[in-house]
Amino acid sequence: MIAIIDYGVGNLFSLVSSLKAIGENAVVTSDEEVIKSADKLILPGVGAFGDAIEKLNSSGLRELIIKQAKEGKALMGICLGMQMLFEKSYEYGEYEGLGLIKGQVVDMQGNLPENLKIPHIGWNALSFKKKSPLFEYINDGDCVYFVHSFYAENCDDALVATCEYGKELTAAVQKDNIYGCQFHPEKSGKVGLNILKAFCERS
Amino acid sequence: MITKRIIPCLDVKNGRVVKGVNFENLNDVSSPVELGKYYSDCGADELVFYDITASSDGRKLFTDILKEVASNIFIPLTVGGGINTIEDFDRVLKCGADKVSVNSGAIKNPDLITQAAKKYGDQCVVLSVDVKRVDGEFRVFAKGGREDTGMEAIGWIKACVEKGAGEVVVNSIDTDGVKKGFDIELLKAVQKVVKVPVIASGGAGSIDDFITLFKEIPEIDAGLAASIFHFGEVSIAELKKQMAKNNITVRI
Repeated sequence: MIAIIDYGVGNLFSLVSSLKAIGENAVVTSDEEVIKSADKLILPGVGAFGDAIEKLNSSGLRELIIKQAKEGKALMGICLGMQMLFEKSYEYGEYEGLGLIKGQVVDMQGNLPENLKIPHIGWNALSFKKKSPLFEYINDGDCVYFVHSFYAENCDDALVATCEYGKELTAAVQKDNIYGCQFHPEKSGKVGLNILKAFCERS
Repeated sequence: MITKRIIPCLDVKNGRVVKGVNFENLNDVSSPVELGKYYSDCGADELVFYDITASSDGRKLFTDILKEVASNIFIPLTVGGGINTIEDFDRVLKCGADKVSVNSGAIKNPDLITQAAKKYGDQCVVLSVDVKRVDGEFRVFAKGGREDTGMEAIGWIKACVEKGAGEVVVNSIDTDGVKKGFDIELLKAVQKVVKVPVIASGGAGSIDDFITLFKEIPEIDAGLAASIFHFGEVSIAELKKQMAKNNITVRI
């Protein structure tokens, strides 16, 4: 069973239906026992970093997620959920993330060429930087769907894929059993479903 | 590089697609669920559903169908039509829409954009605007393009983006249905004043029209069309192939 961690932000409709479409049993939950008994965890998220991490902290989910990840359970962060895996975010302030993967989240404004539109919305090609089990069923150059205004940098050896938008932006990261996608696999057609499938097949 | 998006648009009334759509391999040509899947599978980058239902009973039917459509497609879904309040945003987002498009609702109450952007984020709020030339200026039309609001369009679009609209669909009434190409002059004028994605709508009659659009205005993000896709005059797969041949970045 896959537990989609519910901390009160975002619309989880598509994520649930895409997991259903690949034959996975997914439960949206904030219940500690359910999360503990799940085989894998997905940390979703849209909206602002500050709000989201505050909700994780105040609900006690922060420690639980960190503990589960450190014990080796497969965890995938999607979009803002990925950004929260890092050490820090500078989205409208300075916030401490879960610190599971090295790196910071910074604003596109001021860091990308002036002529580019922000947010980065649309389909963009993945460029693989490293082998990752996430890519088992997809190819270098496949397109996925992005919607974001902030991006992760300095992820060092956790960086597994980038996309080109004025510069190379972090698209996917992995450190051992912890995975992150800046894009939305649940909105990325067959390619996205194949990424979710590869994650669900991790033991 | 981000790819240029190709977006088919479906008009749905009382839970059924209007303007009979004719495709091989489709059993029910007016089922939004089957059509949504069809477009999603054949390479559409996004889908737009417009609810043109007049009654509240029909609207309930629409939301039921919307849920089914949304659970069967895995590309972004924008829903518009009859969006006048935050509750309307909430209703369609809960059914699986990713973005919500406002048109007359924003004209009646421009603060709707600000409220929705605050609650759901800019990326969720799409301004859809019907524009027609009147006395040498671009005017905003309301009520499905039937009523001249007297407002100048470029300024209106700029103001809506400042209020928080994260994308703009510009539909030219002058070129709509004529099938002789997008309204390049209007789109260029819009493109100049906004930094959010602009989606061109109205006038596409052939593959060449899309190529002209993206060549003439390289900053344009997407082309939207309805009947030419529905009637098979332009196949999305072929369109994308031709775009790639012309060095326009697309998702194949």
